[in-house]
Amino acid sequence: MRGSAEAHELVAPGSLDAVLELLALEPGQWTPIAGGTELMVAFSAGRLNAPKLVSLWGIPDLRFIETTVESVAIGAGATFLDLRADTVLAAELPLLARASSWIGSIANQSRATIGGNLVNASPAADSSPALLAYDAEIELVSVRGRRRIAYREFHTGYKQNAMAADELMYAVHVPRRFARHRQYLRKVGTRRAMAVAKVALGATALLERGVVREMRLGAASLTPFPTRLYRTEAALVDQPVTRETVRAAREALLGEVRPIDDIRSTVEYRRRVAANLLEEFLLELRQERAQS
Amino acid sequence: MSARRSAIHFTVNGERRAVQAPPMKRLLDVLREDLRLTGTKEGCGEGECGSCSVRMNGELVNSCLVPALQAEGAEIQTVEGLALDGRLHPLQQAFLERGGAQCGVCTPGMLMAAAQLLDHNAHPTLPEIREALAGNLCRCTGFIRIFESVVAAAAAKMDERASEAVLEQAHNAR
Ligand SMILES: Cc1cc2nc3c(=O)[nH]c(=O)nc-3n(C[C@H](O)[C@H](O)[C@H](O)COP(=O)(O)OP(=O)(O)OC[C@H]3O[C@@H](n4cnc5c(N)ncnc54)[C@H](O)[C@@H]3O)c2cc1C
Ligand code: FES
Ligand code: FES
Repeated sequence: MRGSAEAHELVAPGSLDAVLELLALEPGQWTPIAGGTELMVAFSAGRLNAPKLVSLWGIPDLRFIETTVESVAIGAGATFLDLRADTVLAAELPLLARASSWIGSIANQSRATIGGNLVNASPAADSSPALLAYDAEIELVSVRGRRRIAYREFHTGYKQNAMAADELMYAVHVPRRFARHRQYLRKVGTRRAMAVAKVALGATALLERGVVREMRLGAASLTPFPTRLYRTEAALVDQPVTRETVRAAREALLGEVRPIDDIRSTVEYRRRVAANLLEEFLLELRQERAQS
Repeated sequence: MSARRSAIHFTVNGERRAVQAPPMKRLLDVLREDLRLTGTKEGCGEGECGSCSVRMNGELVNSCLVPALQAEGAEIQTVEGLALDGRLHPLQQAFLERGGAQCGVCTPGMLMAAAQLLDHNAHPTLPEIREALAGNLCRCTGFIRIFESVVAAAAAKMDERASEAVLEQAHNAR
């Protein structure tokens, strides 16, 4: 059944403050719509459960990318084409630039926003593994003010997050201290550009004389919501990257991931692919060590 | 029903237009039904096929996923706006000459995506053409004639030798 336009109200107050006022007045009543590449698909299919929508598209206060010494601030309304065009992201945060190029076609990337990707919270969201690996922070905003939380604490359950009913996502802050880290991002899916991820792993690692000092692993499609793989990280930190470490890390990962069972692929397949991706990254680290 | 009609103003193919429409009406339907610009096609209605691609404020978008109100004040270009003064756009000419269109359902979106590419990259490589058109599906041509048409249109502006090399590349990909 196709959705009926008459069944939904849509307003466009045009400024961030005006949207926040509306959310504060009737918390939980209004659904924000940014690029609409999630919500309009649901609308077309007649399964959009949102009688009142408020547009964020075209609000300049939400669409920016600003660089400071410590971090890059990406407005929640920045599109993935905006991210791909940013030179600092391309040079210093290549995992995020690469993930941006995966979010569907050019016509999709010109509308799809980073805020929409994260708030929609698909377990397969393509920007999540990179943002987890980079230890990003999320800035939320409401009439009550702004607050920041670690991205790793943003998702709290399947399709649940730490935002209050009167809040919007304002920005994503990505620290610029990863230049010396080894970085990795790979997604295994049926069709690279257009398919929603089957399994994706993002990673940053800092090594000192062959010993892992820092390790951050971000996964998509391996857990009911995007999350760090803390137990696998713990199996690696303060260890030299030996065969034994690789084996222990594989074991930890297999014990840690629990993909939601859906038709996209079997749980066992995903777990094995994830373990192989991890091993691929760790072997890269070993090789670099051997060469240096 | 809560939603009234809103007056929505935008520029379509250089002309100022105003429509009265529910704000959640898809831009695709506004173009086809309210403005009778039926060049823009509906394939999937889900953002997957690109038949409905138009340009909005200089960016390629799938009009099936744009609520009309989000087009307020925008500059829209549809396939009807590609030809200038009755002369076909080089892309249209190339699609015509090289069999880039068969049934034609994908063609308007394909032309818009290709026009967007050539405006930003006058000398695209085959991989760049593939990426730019990856969101536009065609059931008829098998894509190669489409890629060749884009190369030929670009070649109309390119220096002779560079164009020959890329055409050969496209041909070898057959
Ligand atoms: C053909 C196609 C292919 C796709 N391919 C991929 C892919 O490969 N990988 C992938 O990850 N995704 C993919 N997507 C999904 C989608 O494009 C992305 O998730 C996109 O980033 C969503 O952003 P949006 O602005 O369009 O979201 P919208 O549809 O506007 O909103 C999505 C959700 O986020 C909320 N929201 C948006 N902005 C804010 C904000 N600032 N504060 C609070 N809430 C907010 C909305 O209320 C809604 O719940 C694809 C979609 C399509 C149609
Ligand atoms: S009809 Fe819009 S993408 Fe298929
Ligand atoms: S020409 Fe028929 S779908 Fe492309």
